[in-house]
Amino acid sequence: MARPMTMAEKILAAHAGLPEVEPGQLIECDLDLVLANDVTAPIAIKTVREITDHVFDPDRVILVPDHYVPNKDIKSAEQAKIVRDFAHEQNISHYYEVGCMGVEHALLPEQGVVGAGDLVIGADSHTCTYGALGAFTTGVGSTDAGVGMATGKAWFKVPETIKFVVDGPLNPGVTGKDIILHIIGLIGVDGALYKAMEFTGSAIESLPMDERLSISNMAIEAGGKAGLIPVDDVTRAYMDGRVERPYTAYYADPDAEYAQVITIDAADIVPTVAFPHLPSNTRPVTEARDVTIDQAVIGSCTNGRLDDMRQAAAVLKGRKVHPDVRCIIIPATQKVYRQCMEEGLMDIFLDANCAVSTPTCGPCLGGYMGILAAGERAIATTNRNFVGRMGDPTSEVYLSSPAVAAASAVLGHIGLPEDLD
Amino acid sequence: MEFKGTVHKYGRDVDTDVIIPARYLNTSDPAELAKHCMEDIDTAFVDKVAPGDIMVAEENFGCGSSREHAPIAIKASGIDVVIAKSFARIFYRNSINTGLAIMECPEAVDAINDGDEVQVDTETGVIADLTTGQTFTAQPFPPFIAEIIQEGGLVNRWKKKLGTA
Repeated sequence: MARPMTMAEKILAAHAGLPEVEPGQLIECDLDLVLANDVTAPIAIKTVREITDHVFDPDRVILVPDHYVPNKDIKSAEQAKIVRDFAHEQNISHYYEVGCMGVEHALLPEQGVVGAGDLVIGADSHTCTYGALGAFTTGVGSTDAGVGMATGKAWFKVPETIKFVVDGPLNPGVTGKDIILHIIGLIGVDGALYKAMEFTGSAIESLPMDERLSISNMAIEAGGKAGLIPVDDVTRAYMDGRVERPYTAYYADPDAEYAQVITIDAADIVPTVAFPHLPSNTRPVTEARDVTIDQAVIGSCTNGRLDDMRQAAAVLKGRKVHPDVRCIIIPATQKVYRQCMEEGLMDIFLDANCAVSTPTCGPCLGGYMGILAAGERAIATTNRNFVGRMGDPTSEVYLSSPAVAAASAVLGHIGLPEDLD
Repeated sequence: MEFKGTVHKYGRDVDTDVIIPARYLNTSDPAELAKHCMEDIDTAFVDKVAPGDIMVAEENFGCGSSREHAPIAIKASGIDVVIAKSFARIFYRNSINTGLAIMECPEAVDAINDGDEVQVDTETGVIADLTTGQTFTAQPFPPFIAEIIQEGGLVNRWKKKLGTA
């Protein structure tokens, strides 16, 4: 009988070919997928070439140009070209050209590339997003990704797990984004450093897949190595008929050992905004109404999915963005973009005077498509509000849910949808 | 390896966006990246850093993005070693992989001042503040990671393993 294990330990043990693992153990694992984007892949590709002339499996190396494409400048074009040429040379089946691509962590779950029980490394810190599907997926640097692409293997230190139990009915207007901001505010930006996070409880179970993906997406903002959510009927309904490989649901043993169990009463969570310059600098939206804004960004791997677009549209319908605000909406994938058109959300956005962009990470990391001038403030559904994250070092980013960002865009200052009535 | 240099000291949660802002990530050329290292929190850094200098910081150094450009930029700016109370997980791996020496030593971070002359031995973990005369010992690397460092990084380790060296 193997020792009782957490979700993270079970997935890692299975991929190391071991009956059991324990926190602190250093193991070598077989990877299901290795991912990189147009910023991180060029260095990873160099690493692959230093080791070998071919990737370990052209169906399991994923290349998504999404950060600075459509190419923002000549240098970005050169980087995207390195990725494109390599993808063609190596017959990479999961290469997504402009016109097919989306923001990687919205795209891969949507396209069924990743499923429960997978072990995935990605040269992008938000690779932890797929934990919402019950997979152990984690961000690494380009060299680790390059070695993974060449060999199909990576080394891991088995992390301890912090279990979060969020129980009870959620307050009106509280989304997955508010839950994860609340948690990061509680434990800090290194509160889960070197650890896996496991999100459980009736409040988590009540969430649709898109909001669960937002929660796991920001595990890294607490320093987390992975952010796992147990597979349930919602996960299965999302994955069945979509995931391209058979998946395995791993559940924590009832007597598994956790570094910490943190119980949160869902009633304590309110619509939340993270003030500059850390995602942990959270306050209730109701205490942020004096913050005027110049820009609102609704999109990204955190909140660029269909439910996010619907929540923003529900607020913007029949209203106009404040004349002093630029509201930029970025559906995260081509499919979300098309669904926005089919459901009439695009008309709502355009009628409200929003700019709607083709999928890109763009402004989230201060790349392009909505850079802030000195002293400007943005509310954004993105994931980081570090110094200079969206532009000039003196600009400011406030993180929120799509509904709060949309309401703020109309109000001209941070506020709730009900403030519009 | 032994290093000796002047300390550039920073606070906690130094994130990879301030180490190298994403607006410069349209290249991975180390020399280009080095020109903008730390500029969003310390515009003077690139002018005052000299080859062999040492960076010291509080907890959670290198948090945020997975960009390997961060340790690459620090190394290319002339910094040989970063001493911190703790490192963010991805930055830790990236430093090992790119050959930027890192040391975890909370006591040293508390005692060392900006501008001090410091000498370190990454093998013994001994950190000597030559300005104040104090010495400290950093946490040793786990044997597996020490092995990767000794083999010249993860890429060299695999080249040896696969016989492609």
